[in-house]
Amino acid sequence: MPKIKSIIELKETISQQIKLRNENDKTVLTVSAGTCGRARGSLKVIESLNKVIKEKKLEGKIQVKNTGCHGFCEAEPNIIIRPQNIFYQHVQPEDAESIITETALNNKIIDKLIYSDPVTGQAMPQESDISFYAKQERIVMGDNALIDPTDINDYFAIRGYNSLGTVLKSMNPEDVIETIIASGIRGRGGAGFPTGSKWKFARNAKADIKYIICNADEGDPGAYMDRSLMEGNPHRVLEGMIIGAYAIGATEGYIYVRMEYPLALKNITIALEQARKLGLLGDAILGSEFNFDIHVFKGAGSFVSGEETSLMASIEGRRAQPRQRPPFPAQSGLWGKPTNINNVETWGNIPIIIDRGSDWFAGIGTESSKGTKIFSLVGKINNTGLVEVPMGITLREIIYDIGGGIPGDKEFKAVQTGGPSGGCIPKEKLDLPVDYESLAEAGSIMGSGGMIVMDEETCMVDVARYFLQFTREESCGKCVPCRIGTRQMVEILNRITRGEGRGSDIKKLEELAKTIKAGSLCGLGQTSPNPVLTTLRYFREEYEDHIYKKSCKALACKNLICYYIEPEKCIGCQLCKKSCPVDAIIGKRKEVHVIDHELCIKCGACFDVCPPKVRAVSKYTGEKKEKILKKASAGRVNK
Amino acid sequence: MQKILDEFGNSQKELIHVLHRVKAKFGYIPPETIPEISRHLKITESEIYGVLTFYSAFSLKPRGKHTVTVCMGTACHVRGGPKILEEFERRLNIEAGHTTEDKQFTLETVACLGCCAIGPVVVVDDDYYAQTTVSKVEPILEKYKKEKKNAQD
Repeated sequence: MPKIKSIIELKETISQQIKLRNENDKTVLTVSAGTCGRARGSLKVIESLNKVIKEKKLEGKIQVKNTGCHGFCEAEPNIIIRPQNIFYQHVQPEDAESIITETALNNKIIDKLIYSDPVTGQAMPQESDISFYAKQERIVMGDNALIDPTDINDYFAIRGYNSLGTVLKSMNPEDVIETIIASGIRGRGGAGFPTGSKWKFARNAKADIKYIICNADEGDPGAYMDRSLMEGNPHRVLEGMIIGAYAIGATEGYIYVRMEYPLALKNITIALEQARKLGLLGDAILGSEFNFDIHVFKGAGSFVSGEETSLMASIEGRRAQPRQRPPFPAQSGLWGKPTNINNVETWGNIPIIIDRGSDWFAGIGTESSKGTKIFSLVGKINNTGLVEVPMGITLREIIYDIGGGIPGDKEFKAVQTGGPSGGCIPKEKLDLPVDYESLAEAGSIMGSGGMIVMDEETCMVDVARYFLQFTREESCGKCVPCRIGTRQMVEILNRITRGEGRGSDIKKLEELAKTIKAGSLCGLGQTSPNPVLTTLRYFREEYEDHIYKKSCKALACKNLICYYIEPEKCIGCQLCKKSCPVDAIIGKRKEVHVIDHELCIKCGACFDVCPPKVRAVSKYTGEKKEKILKKASAGRVNK
Repeated sequence: MQKILDEFGNSQKELIHVLHRVKAKFGYIPPETIPEISRHLKITESEIYGVLTFYSAFSLKPRGKHTVTVCMGTACHVRGGPKILEEFERRLNIEAGHTTEDKQFTLETVACLGCCAIGPVVVVDDDYYAQTTVSKVEPILEKYKKEKKNAQD
C-alpha cells in the first residue's frame, strides 16, 4: 500500500475498506487467538480450519480470521461464525471439518460446541444470547472480535484512524484537550487522574521537545486488559497516542511493554511498522505539519516500573526507582523534558471519544466516573474473562450476572480489586457501585482493573500474605519503611499462617502499615499495606482464629490442616495412592486407604484426584486436626 | 560481542536494550561482557551491575536448557499455584531461581503472565500449560527429559 499523503486520502482509504468489508459475502470464522487462546490451542484450530477449506476448495466461500482475545477466556478456544453469529466454545482441531461442512455451509448447529449458561443450564448458540456479554458495554474491547490485529486494513474497515483524520483536519490542539476534559475520562491505570487536565499541563509546559508515553507495564497480578488490547487492537492504542501527541505538542513517544507479554510486543511492533509505512507516523503526518514517531521499549521484569517516574528512569537506562514529585512529569519528565504518560486503556478510549463526542462518552457511567472500565474477572468464578462495563455497575452484577457466580456449590467470600495496592471487599458490600470513589471508600481502589473472586476456600490471611510477599519482592529498596517494613509484615504473616501467631501480631501489623504508608515515596509503598488493612477490617476473625485457635477455616494454610481419608467413604480405588508423590498413602486395592501423616507433604494431590462421587479425602483444621494426628501417632506407637 | 554492541548507540539509554540483546545471544549476561558494555556505553561497570541485578530479566549465571516458569499471579495463587511450584521444586530438587546440576532445567516464578483464566499456568520454554495440577508436574517434566533422551538416541 502506498503512503497516505493527505486527510482526504485517508478518508478515501477508510471508506474503501468499509465498502470491501460490507461487500464481503464470505462466511467468516473468527477465532479468538490471544495469549490464553493460543495456550489452549487456538492456532492449531486455525491451521486445521484452513486445511479443510483448502481441501474442499472453499477459499471463495469461507474465510478464517485470526483475532486477538474476545474476552471470554473461559470458553477458549472459541469461534464466532458470521454472518450467522453462532458462538462455539472449547473448539478442538478435529472439530474443523464439521464446523465447515455442517455450520458454515449448511447452517446446522453442532450441539456439543454450544455454550450453556452455568446458572440456568440453557444452551446459547447465538453470541448475543450469552449472559456473559449481555450486561457489558464493549466500546473499547468489542472491536477485538472484528479485526485481525496484524492487518491495518481491518482497522480502517472499522473506521480506524478516522478520529485522527478529524483531529488533524478540523481541530486545533486546544479543542482536542477541551473535548477530552469535557468527556470526563480519568486515567485507567489506577490512580484515576483526569486525563484532559493532565494533557493541559503538558500542553502548557514550555520546552523544545516533549514526550508522550504509553504505560503498558501492566504489572498487577490478575490484570490483563492492557495485554489484550495491545494484542487485539494495537492500532487503536497508536491512534490514541498520535492524537495525544498532537494535542500536547509531543514529537516522540514510547510504549513501555512488559517483557512477559511477547505477543503484545509483537503485534504492537507490527502495527508501528504499518503505521509508519502508510505515513500515519513520521514526518508531516498525512500531509500536515505534525511530526511524531513512537518507539517500543521492552521492560525487563520489575513491578515498580509501572509507577510513572520509575518507568521513565527505566527508559533512560537506569534502575526503575521512583523519585519525588513535584516536579511532575508534565513539567520535568523523560530526560528532564515535559512528558505525558497514560495507560493503554486510556489511550484506547481517545479515538472513541473523538469519534462519538464527549457528550456521548460523559453519558456513560456515574457523576464522577465516566465511560466504561475493563475488568479482568478471574479466580473462583464461572465465566472467567475480560469484562467491559459502564462505571457505576454493582459488583453483584459483575460477579453474578456477567460472571455467572461461583463454581461448584461454594460460597462467595470476597473480591479483590486493585492488585497489590487494593483490598478485599466482602459479601456485605456486593451492591457497591463500581467507581473510583466507592471503591476507595470501601478501603480498596479501582486500580488497573484486576478483579479476583474468592470463595470460602480462600484464606484471607494467606491472601494478605501473598500480596505483601509480592510487594516485598518488588519494593525497589529506596525508602526504608517500604523495604524493611514489608519484610517485617511478611514475617509476621508467615508466622500467623504457620500457626505460630502471637497475641501482639495484629497490633504490630497495624503499626507497621501506618509507618509504611506515611514513609514511602511512591504508590507501591504507600498502598502496600492495603491488602492487610482491608482484610483486618472485614475478616479480623480469620486472623484471630489463626492466632488463637490455630485454625484456618478456609482449609488453605498448609501448616494448619491435615488430609484424612474417611474410612466409611473410601472404596480403595488406589487413585490417591498412585498420585501421591511421596508414597504416603497405604492401602491395598478395595481396602480402605490411610495417610501416613509423617510422610505427607500436604500437596493435596490425593484430594484433587479422589473421584467427585466418592469424595473420601477431607481436610481438617484446629481441634479436629489435632485429634486425627494424635490418633494416628498413637496407632504408630502401638504398632 | 563487538558486533552486538555496534548495533547500539553510545549512551546509557541503550543499556537495557543491550542487556536484552546479550541475553538473547548467550541466554544470560556473562560477567566478562560487562567491561565491554561499559566501554561502549561510556558508563561505569558498577552502574551496569546495579541495573542488571535490579531487573528480574537478567542473570549473571548460565541457564538450564529448559526454563520452567510457574505463574505466581493472584488468580493462579487462589487456584493452587504455590502447590505446583512446590512440586516442581521437589521434583527438580532445586529452589525457584536456580538451575539443576545437569543444566537441564532452570526453575523460575513470574508475578503474572496475564493468562488468569487458565490458571494455574506453567510455561516451559514457549509452551503454555493450562490448569496444571500437582499430578501433572511429573508428566510435564518427563516430556522435556524425553526430548533429551530421544536426541541422544
